[in-house]
Amino acid sequence: MKHVMEASHAIAEAVKQIKPAVIAAYPITPQTHIVERLSEFVANGEIKSEYIRAESEFGAISACLGASATGVRSYTSTSSQGLALMNEILYIIAGMRLPVLMTNVNRALSAPINIWNDQQDSMSVRDAGWIQLYGETGQESYDLTLMQGKISEHKDVLLPSMVCLDGFTLSHVYEPVDIVEQSRVDAFLPEYKPTHAILDPEQPLTQGPIGFPSHYMEFRYDLHDAMNKSLKVIEDVYNDFNKNFPAAIKNSRPDKYYHVEEYRMQDAEIVLVAMGSVCGTIKDVIDSVRENGVKVGLLKIITYRPFPKKVIAEKLKNAKKVAVIEKAISMGSGGALYQEIASTLYEMKQTNAELRNFIVGLGGRDVLLDHVKKIIEMTQKSEGKKEEWMF
Amino acid sequence: MRVDLSKIKKKVGKVEITTGAVLASDGSTEKNKTGGWRAMRPVTDHAKCTGCGICWVYRPDASRFKDKDGKYDVVLDYCKGCGICADVCPVKCITMVAEEK
Repeated sequence: MKHVMEASHAIAEAVKQIKPAVIAAYPITPQTHIVERLSEFVANGEIKSEYIRAESEFGAISACLGASATGVRSYTSTSSQGLALMNEILYIIAGMRLPVLMTNVNRALSAPINIWNDQQDSMSVRDAGWIQLYGETGQESYDLTLMQGKISEHKDVLLPSMVCLDGFTLSHVYEPVDIVEQSRVDAFLPEYKPTHAILDPEQPLTQGPIGFPSHYMEFRYDLHDAMNKSLKVIEDVYNDFNKNFPAAIKNSRPDKYYHVEEYRMQDAEIVLVAMGSVCGTIKDVIDSVRENGVKVGLLKIITYRPFPKKVIAEKLKNAKKVAVIEKAISMGSGGALYQEIASTLYEMKQTNAELRNFIVGLGGRDVLLDHVKKIIEMTQKSEGKKEEWMF
Repeated sequence: MRVDLSKIKKKVGKVEITTGAVLASDGSTEKNKTGGWRAMRPVTDHAKCTGCGICWVYRPDASRFKDKDGKYDVVLDYCKGCGICADVCPVKCITMVAEEK
């Protein structure tokens, strides 16, 4: 059914529909309306989840770890400094292969103190071993939340996942969202059946033991391998979702979910690469500059971890110029997404395209149509530095 | 529900691991003696000990046990010399002394 709602509320609806046994969260800034709405659902008896109001984000994610280790579905939502505070446990959850589900509302990291949108928070934990999926709209954020459990809990995956959506631009903005019927969600998402992590006094198990130098490296290899192999499962889940849930609202999501979405890419000589809500602005600008004959397209990345190298290389093979536009920065090095695109193209021996990096929208700085126009113009004319900051 | 450990075993190179490093609990805590790095040792005055068991409740690991006479004392195989038992003892019958050879 179509509603007009915030992405935060849409996600809360999705979480209600996927029925986590445990929801743990810390309710103070930089938290969002997601857990506020979920706590209402619990208080009203609309969902049976155990709701744990933790003493910090560190506590919230630890509670999710504990819950998942007993063999049930657990969920949390956070943002910005909250995600930073969870850092230590994120790595432990991935290493223990616990399919904890999270929504991260992308917001800046201090200092200076800033709770507005950018993607520095989730990019800072890209190496933790969590699957990361980025939504462009409220609808996508809702849909990805319905999908993430099916991916994470798949017996060949068993990895935690994070759906990332832009703070304010999506989390606090009302837009049309199609909320599907509960029965269809139930048919799509099976109950979580744990196979390796169960808490049962009848069968005592050790979880999270020490890994000596004789074994640690093999465990890390296994985690990396599982991440790489999860690409296939993610693709299958996208396909399954496409089959079961056709798009109901025009332009609210890709017709078919895939690791990437292509926008006017058929004959594109200039390709912009980006993730999240900025893609909406970029699409608008592409439409307008194409009227002047500029052959430009967008490659939107939805699956960021695992990084779909082959898919990206394939989609960029005809591009003459590639501009990576990102709301994050690896200090002292450059845009993280840019670097990964660069290394991917080098690895695939596709070094013909002129590749460049634009840093935009940090700490809630608006990314305007004019910014994107300028980016296209500079890329077209090969003007400016390899790394440009669009203030 | 049970975990079928044989199904979560796998080999990476020459090393056998399990998904998420899950292990059967086979009493390895008892087998691994962990008292080796102790710098302080608790000495219990059995004349003063009332056998209340508070030190046993608070002990890390298996570091205290009950004697035949109903009094509590240290298990040096597991005692790390943390001093918690001495701290919580209500009759202060435990003294921490330097571990010397």
